[in-house]
Formats: sequence, structure tokens, C-alpha cells
Amino acid sequence: MKVAVLQFPGSNCDQDAFHLFASGLKVNTKYVWHKETSLGDADLVVVPGGFSYGDYLRCGAIARFSPVMKAVQAFSQQGGVVYGICNGFQILCEAGLLPGALIRNSSLEYRCITCALKVETSNASFNPNFLGASVKLPIGHGEGNFRIDEAGLARLEANKQVLLRYENNPNGSLSDIAGIRSEAGNVFGMMPHPDRAFERFHPSMDGLKVATAVLATKFPELLKHTA
Amino acid sequence: MKISVIVTPKKNVLDPQGVAVGHALESLGFPKLKTTRVGKLIELEIEAVDSPEFRTRLDQVCKDLLSNPVIEDYRYEIVAR
Repeated sequence: MKVAVLQFPGSNCDQDAFHLFASGLKVNTKYVWHKETSLGDADLVVVPGGFSYGDYLRCGAIARFSPVMKAVQAFSQQGGVVYGICNGFQILCEAGLLPGALIRNSSLEYRCITCALKVETSNASFNPNFLGASVKLPIGHGEGNFRIDEAGLARLEANKQVLLRYENNPNGSLSDIAGIRSEAGNVFGMMPHPDRAFERFHPSMDGLKVATAVLATKFPELLKHTA
Repeated sequence: MKISVIVTPKKNVLDPQGVAVGHALESLGFPKLKTTRVGKLIELEIEAVDSPEFRTRLDQVCKDLLSNPVIEDYRYEIVAR
């Protein structure tokens, strides 16, 4: 089991994500710099949070054209599991790997709080049986307001692509959406930070099971160990 | 030539920034606004000939990078020097 954490100029949760997988889940984890053109033998690619390229133009708009993103596109087309957290979610939407877009919070405020999230029944691991009815994860973002057209939203709902919904919407997201997966089921994105929720001193430790739920897409045996 | 690319939030997409600017304008005593939208102006200067092929390339970068078609519209003005 190998995890690759991407690093862009301006990523600032790359070490948190590394630590989540390396120490929290004890998985072999490495960094991949955005100039790299190969992901090596990674089983899971994590696109971490932060402010890639200073959020210039739009959040994630420039990172999407980094050389490593070509490799990520190819990896995901072959069924590889890709997981974007916060700015990583924004990058995956900009890259077209996930539908929709994230705009300025309706409050115009940067929101840095711990959110209760309703767990949707989406796949074998993102469901209340594995994760519980609700998880608590911190958010920290100014642009987490998920937007998609009506037809797109209908498709997300029909295909059960919504993973998590805010119980108290902090940013104006359409249908309280906090995280989604791709239709094919191998690309995941969410604004909340499991990488800030796995140590005893964190506001919750639910990040461990949420990250496990993503890994379980490739390694279903994880569902048995932790269930 | 000089190209001005104007990117605006789509009509049906909520524009929180526009709403806030609208409120500020009203608090300055400006007449009641129907809508306020905040967008971006991107100015490009380039040695190129305005041709259908060039416009095709320009449209492509407007859709791929300068705007996000999910949430934004774009238009441009070209001024030959």
C-alpha cells in the first residue's frame, strides 16, 4: 500500500496529509513535487490543502496545469484512486476530475471551525455502517461554497456521489455538500480536513476512518479490519 | 494587439462578493441596485494577427484557464494597435 502526497508551491497541508497516512494509518507515504511527471507505484494520490499558486486567478486554476497533473489524469483514467482535500478538492474540480466548482463562502468569511457532517450512503465505505451516521471534521476555507448546475446536481444525487453533507452549512454550499466522489467512483474530494483530525489533541479523530474509507476503494480488506 | 478578457460570474450563480459590494454601495447612499456582479479583467498584449484561427485559440484558453465555465462567463475585446 503506497500513498503519494502532491506538493505544489503554496500547498501548506502537505505535511498534515503525509502525517495522517504515514503515522495515523501507518502507510508507506512519499511526497511528489508538482514538477514530477510520474507518480511511481502509488496506490493512492493525495492532493493536499493549502493555497497552491497563491489562489491566483481562481483556487486551483493554476495548479491544474502543473506537470504532475497530467500523470494524475492518466492515473485516474486507469482507475487509480485520487483524493483531494480542501484546496486539493478545488484543484480536482478545476481539472475536471470532479464535477462542479467551489466559489467564495456566502458569508464572505474564512471559516475555521469543526463541522458535524452527515454521512451519505455512497459506496462500500462511505456509508453510515462504516463511518457512523455523522463524523466531525475541521474546515478552514474561504472558498468552499460548492456549485453545480441543476442537471449536474441531479446526476450527483442519482449516482449517490455525495459523500458528506454539512449538518450546519458553513459556506452556502448547494445541498449542504461537503464532499463528493466521481461517477466512476475512484476520485474523491472534500473541503473538511481529515488531516487535522487524527491525533488526541485534534478536535476529533474521525479523520482516521474517513481516510480509511478512501483507501478502502483500492483495499476493500480494510473494511473488515476497522469495522 | 491588445486583448481585454472580461470574466464575470454566470447569471444564475450566486456572487457573494457582488452582494457585499452592492450593500456597501447602498450604505454610501447610492440608489437601490438591482444587481451588483464582481468579475475580473485580464489584459493581454501580443504580437499576433487577428484571424479565425487565432480566435479559436483564444476561446480555448478562455475556457481552459482564464474562466471556469462551470461558474463564469467570459467575453473579450480586441484592439489592434
